[in-house]
Amino acid sequence: MKLFAKIRKISYYLPGPPLSIDSNSNNRYHASQDEIGSDLAYKAVLKLFNDYPEIDKREIDFLIVSTLVLDYNSPTTASVLHHKLGLSSTCGTIDLPQGCSGFLYSLSVAEAMISAGNARNVLILLGEVPTKAIHSEDIVLRSIFGDAGAAIVVSENNTKAIGKFTFATFGNGFDFLKVERGGGRNPIDEAWINKYSDQVNQLPFGRIEMNGLEVLRFALKEIPGFLEQTLVKNGLTISEIDFFIFHQASAFILKSLQRKCNIPEHKFISNFEEVGNTVSCSIPIALETAAALGTFKKGDKIVLLGFGIGFSCIGTVIEW
Amino acid sequence: MEIDDFIKAIEEEFDNLNPGDVTPNSVFRDMEGWSSMHALIFVALIDSKYDVLLNGDELKSCVTINDLFDITRLKLNGGGAKA
Repeated sequence: MKLFAKIRKISYYLPGPPLSIDSNSNNRYHASQDEIGSDLAYKAVLKLFNDYPEIDKREIDFLIVSTLVLDYNSPTTASVLHHKLGLSSTCGTIDLPQGCSGFLYSLSVAEAMISAGNARNVLILLGEVPTKAIHSEDIVLRSIFGDAGAAIVVSENNTKAIGKFTFATFGNGFDFLKVERGGGRNPIDEAWINKYSDQVNQLPFGRIEMNGLEVLRFALKEIPGFLEQTLVKNGLTISEIDFFIFHQASAFILKSLQRKCNIPEHKFISNFEEVGNTVSCSIPIALETAAALGTFKKGDKIVLLGFGIGFSCIGTVIEW
Repeated sequence: MEIDDFIKAIEEEFDNLNPGDVTPNSVFRDMEGWSSMHALIFVALIDSKYDVLLNGDELKSCVTINDLFDITRLKLNGGGAKA
């Protein structure tokens, strides 16, 4: 018997209250000083279990966690959250810290696990605190990023609701968007600590550094063709797609891609103004927000396209 | 491609510009409120209109609107570095 998977439920958590960053009612959310990514993911999954009591946590048989600020270098943050949530001892756990592509990478693994008969209910937990790695004088980055957590349950389904995935990596762009310091290659040292000792946020997890021009060039050069590949792989044309949800990279990149890909405005879903770029959480938050507004009807085809740090790209088409 | 079309597209792209504000000799970094964001807007605009993707070195080599136009035309005709 052929096995299929479906996004069953999504919940998300925004650490409030929102901070207004300009006069255009753009909001960003910042985690409190003692919260890191897994704390936001944890709050999101508690909300999910509370809102959807039909989801029995004892039936979760695989957990995938994506966060760029791990609880520990090892063990996995998935192990920590597995314990905190009291999941079954037969539940598999992995971390998949793939940045802005993290949700779709996790979804591709969840879909593969279920289709192969290796899992029936996969929990994806996402928690991101990019604001803790941004210098107070990085006005552009502060206007782009926000913190968030999200929880998604992917379960067996009778029909195919998640299409084929396309992947791409442009590793020659790894240096253009990265968290400087905090890793084994270039650890935080005394000089770093002294350099940022005057910061309210002393950048304990490193500092996000972005070459905005190269990120834009990557997006403009690679994403339109990558979208086309995703459609072809799923046997679809652009006119057959009801909605498009791209990673909410920045207002400018979204607008530029919408224009270059010739996507009609009413089909292009964005909530960048409301929450900013929440890294791996951005697509599920945009998806759930639109769903809650009644945007989708049964059978709608929705392109999900993630891209970012790495540089990495991943795309698929889901059926609502 | 004509420079008049190029200038018109620039004037339409920026909210604070009116027709006639930009000439071929305008130094684009002297535009009111110039920031690195404006450079990105130029790159995206030229890519959208001419399917030419300028890189950082090419941008740095330009001073006037005419310089931008010339390098775009050169790349459009197969000259210059590939995007």
